Amino acid sequence: MREVHVNDITQAVAKMCIATNVKISPDILEGLKKSQKLESSPIGIDILDQLLQNAEIAERKNMPICQDTGMAVVFVEIGQEVSISGGLLTDAINEGVRKGYEEGYLRKSIVEDPFFRVNTNDNTPAVIHYDIVGGDSLKISLSPKGFGSENMSRIYMLKPSDGIEGAKRVILETIDMAGPNACPPMVVGVGIGGTFEKAAILAKKALIRPIDQSSDITYVSNLEKELTKKANQLGIGPQGMGGRTTVLGINIETFPTHIAGLPVAINISCHVTRHMSVSL
Amino acid sequence: MVITTPLKKHIINQLKAGDKVLITGIIYTARDAGHKRMIEQLAKGERIPFNIEESIIYYVGPSPAKPGEIIGSAGPTTSYRMDDYTPELLDLGLKGMIGKGNRHEKVIESMKKNGAVYFGAVGGAAALIASSIIKAKVIAYEELGTEALRELYVENFPAIVLIDQDGKNLYEEEKVKYRTYQAD
Repeated sequence: MREVHVNDITQAVAKMCIATNVKISPDILEGLKKSQKLESSPIGIDILDQLLQNAEIAERKNMPICQDTGMAVVFVEIGQEVSISGGLLTDAINEGVRKGYEEGYLRKSIVEDPFFRVNTNDNTPAVIHYDIVGGDSLKISLSPKGFGSENMSRIYMLKPSDGIEGAKRVILETIDMAGPNACPPMVVGVGIGGTFEKAAILAKKALIRPIDQSSDITYVSNLEKELTKKANQLGIGPQGMGGRTTVLGINIETFPTHIAGLPVAINISCHVTRHMSVSL
Repeated sequence: MVITTPLKKHIINQLKAGDKVLITGIIYTARDAGHKRMIEQLAKGERIPFNIEESIIYYVGPSPAKPGEIIGSAGPTTSYRMDDYTPELLDLGLKGMIGKGNRHEKVIESMKKNGAVYFGAVGGAAALIASSIIKAKVIAYEELGTEALRELYVENFPAIVLIDQDGKNLYEEEKVKYRTYQAD
C-alpha cells in the first residue's frame, strides 16, 4: 500500500482551483488564437481579440478570467493500492476547494439548498466522482464549471433506431438552442451510452479532455470533427453575435448501453472551459 | 459612441442594435437574488434601494476584490433569468440593462413600450471589464454576498446594443449572415 496524506490532497486541490481560474488552459488559448484567424465576422474578430486580451490581463493580475469561477467538479481516479491517511478523502477535497476559493479571491457561487438559496460562503461542496482503478496511483482532475453554459446542457433518451444521425441532430440542436447564453465559442462535452446518469457523467468527463486531443476510437474522432464543422456553420459565432466560431471543440465519450436505449447527454461549456489534472 | 448615465430619452433614440458604446456614469448591479428581493419589496409597497428612473442595471455577480482593489472580475451573467422580473422594473423607469444572451418576448415588448435598451457586454471578458469600473459600493442586500446590489461608477465601459427600443435584435440579424448549415 502507498500512503497519501490528506494535507497533500487539500494543497493540490486548492492550487488547481486557483490555477484553472486565473490561467487559461493552453488548448483553449490555442483554440481561440486559431479561430481568430478563421473568423470573418468583424464583431466576432473583435470579441475574440477581447477574450485573448482578457486572458492576458487575468494571468498578469492573477485574477479570475471570468467572475463565475464555477462549481468545483472533481474526478478522482484512485488505485486500489493507495491508502489515505490523516482523514477522509472527500473532506480533504472539499477543504482544498474552501482554501483555494478563499485564498484565490474566487467567487463563492454555491447555495446550500436548491430552493432555500443561502450561500455556503466557501464554494463547497464540490461535486466529486470517484473511480477505483488498479495500482497505487492517485489522479485528481478538477473542472470548475460555470453555470451560464451548464444551464444550456441537455440529455436525450433516444431510441436505438435514431442511431448516429439522431445523435448528431440533438447535439447540433442543443448547441443552436444554447446560442449566446452559453458564452460561445463553446466547448461541448458529449456522453453517449450507459444509463441516464452515466451519459451525463461521461459528458462532463469529455470536457476535461483537452480539445486538441481527439477520441481514440476512429468513428468517434470522425464524429467529433464532423460535428465541430457543422456547429461552426450554425452562424452563432463569438458571444452569439454572428460568425464562424461557435465551438472550439466537441469531445465525445461513449460507453456500452442497454438493448432498448441510446442516451445522449450534451454538456455545454464556455470559452473559458477550465480543466487540470494532478497525480499524487 | 460615448454615452453617459442617466440614460436620457434623446440618447436612447440614437441607439440602434449593433452600435458599440462606451458607458460612463453610475450604473447598478443586480442579478437573480437581488431581483427577487426588489420585486418582493415592491409587492409589499416598499421602494427599491435606488432611483430606478433612467437607470441602467448591470447583471453581474463580481468575484471578491483583493485588498487595495475596487472590484474583482466582473463580466455579465446570462440575462434570461431576470426576465420574469424585468417588465415591472421597466414600467418603473428602468431604461437600460447590460447582460448577455436572449431575452423573453415579454421583455422585448416591455422595452418597446417603455423605450428601453438592452446592452451586451462580452461574457467571460471579466478581468478586462473590471478595468472600466472606477468605484464600487454595496447599497443593499449585503448578506447576498456577490448578489448584493451595488452602485458602480464606470468609465468607458465597453458594450454593444443587442436589442434597441424598436425591438431590433443584433443576435438575430448577425446569425443569419453566417449561417450556412443545412440539416442532412
